[in-house]
Amino acid sequence: MVDILIIGGGGAGLTAAIHAKKNGANVTLVSKTYPTRSQTCMAQGGINAAIGANDSIQSHISDTLKSAQGLADEELVGILCEQGIDAIKWLDRIGVPFSRDNGIAQRKMGGASFVRACYAKDYTGLKILHTLYDQCNAYDINMLSERFLIDLAVIDGKVYGAYLLNIKTSTVELLHAKSVVLATGGYAKVYGKHSTNHVGSTADGIAAALRAGAKISNMEFIQFHPTALKKSSILISESARGAGGYLVNSKAKRFTDELASRDKVSLAITNEMQKGEEIYLDVRHLSAKFINEHLPQEKKLADLYENIDLTKQLIPILPAAHYTMGGICVDKNCATNVQGLYAVGECANHMVHGANRLGGNSLLEIVVFGKIAGEAACAYTKKEMPACKADKHKDIPSQINTNPTVDFYKKRTELAEIFYTNVGVKRNEQGLLVALEYIQVLQDELKNMGVKNTKLAYNTELAEFLEFKNIVLVAKTVVLSALRRKESRGAHYREDMPNKDDNYSADTICYQENDEIKFL
Amino acid sequence: MKMKLQRSDKIFEYEVPLSGVTLLEALGYIKENIDSTLAFSSGCRSSVCGSCTVRVNGKEVLACAYKPKNDDLIQPLRNMPVLRDLAVDMDRALAFNKIAKAWGLPKEEALHVSGEDAKRNELQSDCILCSACFSACPVYAVNEDFIGPFALTRALRYVNDIRQKDIKPTIEAIQTNGIYDCTLCNECVPVCPQGVAPKQDIEILRNKSGIMGYFNPNILAGFDDGLNF
Repeated sequence: MVDILIIGGGGAGLTAAIHAKKNGANVTLVSKTYPTRSQTCMAQGGINAAIGANDSIQSHISDTLKSAQGLADEELVGILCEQGIDAIKWLDRIGVPFSRDNGIAQRKMGGASFVRACYAKDYTGLKILHTLYDQCNAYDINMLSERFLIDLAVIDGKVYGAYLLNIKTSTVELLHAKSVVLATGGYAKVYGKHSTNHVGSTADGIAAALRAGAKISNMEFIQFHPTALKKSSILISESARGAGGYLVNSKAKRFTDELASRDKVSLAITNEMQKGEEIYLDVRHLSAKFINEHLPQEKKLADLYENIDLTKQLIPILPAAHYTMGGICVDKNCATNVQGLYAVGECANHMVHGANRLGGNSLLEIVVFGKIAGEAACAYTKKEMPACKADKHKDIPSQINTNPTVDFYKKRTELAEIFYTNVGVKRNEQGLLVALEYIQVLQDELKNMGVKNTKLAYNTELAEFLEFKNIVLVAKTVVLSALRRKESRGAHYREDMPNKDDNYSADTICYQENDEIKFL
Repeated sequence: MKMKLQRSDKIFEYEVPLSGVTLLEALGYIKENIDSTLAFSSGCRSSVCGSCTVRVNGKEVLACAYKPKNDDLIQPLRNMPVLRDLAVDMDRALAFNKIAKAWGLPKEEALHVSGEDAKRNELQSDCILCSACFSACPVYAVNEDFIGPFALTRALRYVNDIRQKDIKPTIEAIQTNGIYDCTLCNECVPVCPQGVAPKQDIEILRNKSGIMGYFNPNILAGFDDGLNF
């Protein structure tokens, strides 16, 4: 048995592992892919901290609260912004190769009053993630890859480990731990091809937490990034607009402030599309030299996925699901309501993003709360604790239907389309009810779905089917939460109720009981 | 478009009715529409996670950054165990990062880093650990314990970092099965999707090691056996 089992190898999990180990805990970290392949590597823009000469912690706090539209906790936003400065200093000391001018280079992001996002070229997430991974090697942390979280092991409301599918062999492993930290990422892949995310953002930790009795909140808040490539939802970074790029419609007319916050720009684009317009990002007026120097990734991706030269052609774009604000309810120590279970990063709701996350605040969140989660889990394991109860291994592979009559890959695509249409940038009661009915039928059909591949070695179809079941469960909580919030706020825009309503200034909190989703 | 995939020791042919797509999208089409047992790795789809590296007609590429052509032969990476089809087990390859002690060893006090200082290891830190270089390296045919191109580039990343408290542990760690086992054949350089050049990095590490008083054991052996001094 280990002291702490950390599930998830992105920035949040690695940071928690380092700080738990520093504090003397025996740590094992498992991840469903290799840690350096996690979603964190895709973060391009930067990590916010008020280290600029004119900037202040107070300004960072007030920008974050403003964007959160009443749904963030002031104390927690305070912790995020205050500790942000030490977080950057720590990353700098362990070797993150930030870009430099007079000090760590910073750029401006939407909704920020100052130049605040520290960056490392267009690779901020990648370089932070790799540096953390190297630190985990320095601290000799046991890292096990290709492990899929099947379920948390919980008895009497207390966690004592997790059941993991070893994807390489299709065997189930029960790892005992005094404490478990979930750092499993978000749920934007509910939107399938309409998401900018990594293929692994399938809500595995949130679904497992729900099944284990944890509360989750604000699932209706999903951030749509305004500029994803039309065919592939590959992200074109905000820096393209920051550098002066325009958004135009089919008549080559600009229609919105390109540098407003993401919820507002995505809404403006969707309004325009509903009038029958195609939407494009236009960077042709920026010089080819500037594009080659500052937007080389964008140029390459536009060529690869849209077959266009953005120095000469318009880039067809669409808003796509990018970040999920909702997640597992945690207190300021990242503790859930299940004893011994902690959650950190995008899978948790740290109550700092509220209704709309600011660019540059999510990398900050994983480093600041990663430390807090690692230290808190470590303190918990130092208390006196009764020995955990042994339990029979769950034999998941043998319970899978191997003669499926319904193809889950087709259903996964269908669900994504229904979600993008009915639970997208704009929602209304009628559309949400259509989505809910679809999910209820899907849940009944799950018994007819399964895995045709019965081989044990590296059966990715099995892992993808388990992911799909998690997606279905979490999708249901998103629709139910969106139905309950009869107002518009931040990323949750209801066409039928377009105004903010103070009766809805509380979190939407739900949990699962007897296979039913219930709300507080 | 016809594609040939090596699965285990057999070559399978697939007809993919798509054009202008990436190899990764074509593999996804086969898995979802023709044969769900096909295994391959993928992640970000935008060339930063390093998951989807395969060989096309013998050359390592990221499947998400390559447009397949008719009759292309797709194979898994070399020098590591194949888990299934195009998916490989990276555990042993990644362990070389730890053997090389490629990690930050912070000084007690914070340090001002200039733009010029930052350039010293900027390119090395662009590495995405896709393993293209590892697969292309011929040294593994004779020495499976070779620390290898990406881990040595990573070692240089930290050796060249002015924030590093002590570079000796890293330099020490790469003397055996490390910098002198490389044949400088350059196979690792053209396959890197990030433009990193591990061979050059290894040469720099040899020079630094020499300055720090380490000797190339191959040269000593040469004197002993060949010239009979």
